Amino acid sequence: MKILFFLFLLFFQLTGYGIQDNYPFTNEGKKQDFVKLTHELRCLVCQNQTIADSNAPLANDLRGQIYQQLELGQSIEEIRDFMVVRYGDFILYKPPLTVQTFMLWLGPFVLLGLASVWVIIFIRRQRR
Amino acid sequence: MKRAYLIPFAVFVAIAVLLSKGLHLHPAEVKSPLIGKPVPNFSLQDLNQPGRTMTQDDLKGHVSLLNVWASWCTTCLAEHPYIKDFSNYPDVQFYSLNYKDTEDNAIQWLKKSGNPYMSIGFDVEGLVGMDFGVYGTPEAFLIDKKGIIRYKYVGMIDEQIWGDEFLPRIKLLVTS
Repeated sequence: MKILFFLFLLFFQLTGYGIQDNYPFTNEGKKQDFVKLTHELRCLVCQNQTIADSNAPLANDLRGQIYQQLELGQSIEEIRDFMVVRYGDFILYKPPLTVQTFMLWLGPFVLLGLASVWVIIFIRRQRR
Repeated sequence: MKRAYLIPFAVFVAIAVLLSKGLHLHPAEVKSPLIGKPVPNFSLQDLNQPGRTMTQDDLKGHVSLLNVWASWCTTCLAEHPYIKDFSNYPDVQFYSLNYKDTEDNAIQWLKKSGNPYMSIGFDVEGLVGMDFGVYGTPEAFLIDKKGIIRYKYVGMIDEQIWGDEFLPRIKLLVTS
């Protein structure tokens, strides 16, 4: 019974909800911008985490950089550009539509289209 | 439709080809957007030559290799004998960025392992590293005579990487 209870507890091991930095923002808007930015930028060291979630030293540095730039009055777009110039589009979780990424953006719709065509043909054939 | 059974087979082959291609990709290698761009401006205290400042101008007028390392980076230590060896290559000047290190540790490390570099920028905060898009050590940048970044390699440079990736590019850059 005890073992069962511990097994039960295991299911409630909540994963971390990002890193708490406690940067002293001068206003709430900047804090929200910080949260937004850190959740849309990829940590390049641990590639499947955002820099908000990662405790890699680089993610830490980038959070510090974002904080400083926000406090200096930089906009979200300016900071995003700062990151892209240095680390490339790869740092964005939502990469822009370019020649290299068009398959990523359009692929699912192409597949959906092909599948629908196939379904239509299949149904028509069944009717005959 | 006699050959209908071929369709799932064709789909299978297509997916197999796609997935096997995926196996040979290297997602950890992020292509640097700095390739083809001038070296970012920087000004750093030289780690090993007190009073000397290293700037982007040090990387102009000759082909240079800028290696990013730290004393806490074990791969850098493994790579170092190779770097020392390659630095004897006549047409390239070796520079480096000491990334997020402490002065004492870095100087100790150089004393023990040897210093093949013309100058070492001491980037204690890692901010110059950030301008270079550094995300892991060791990283090496190949820079042409005009100070344009031509190639970047992330990871340890050994005989094979040097021969396959660096030497052909260096030969091109030296003659151009």
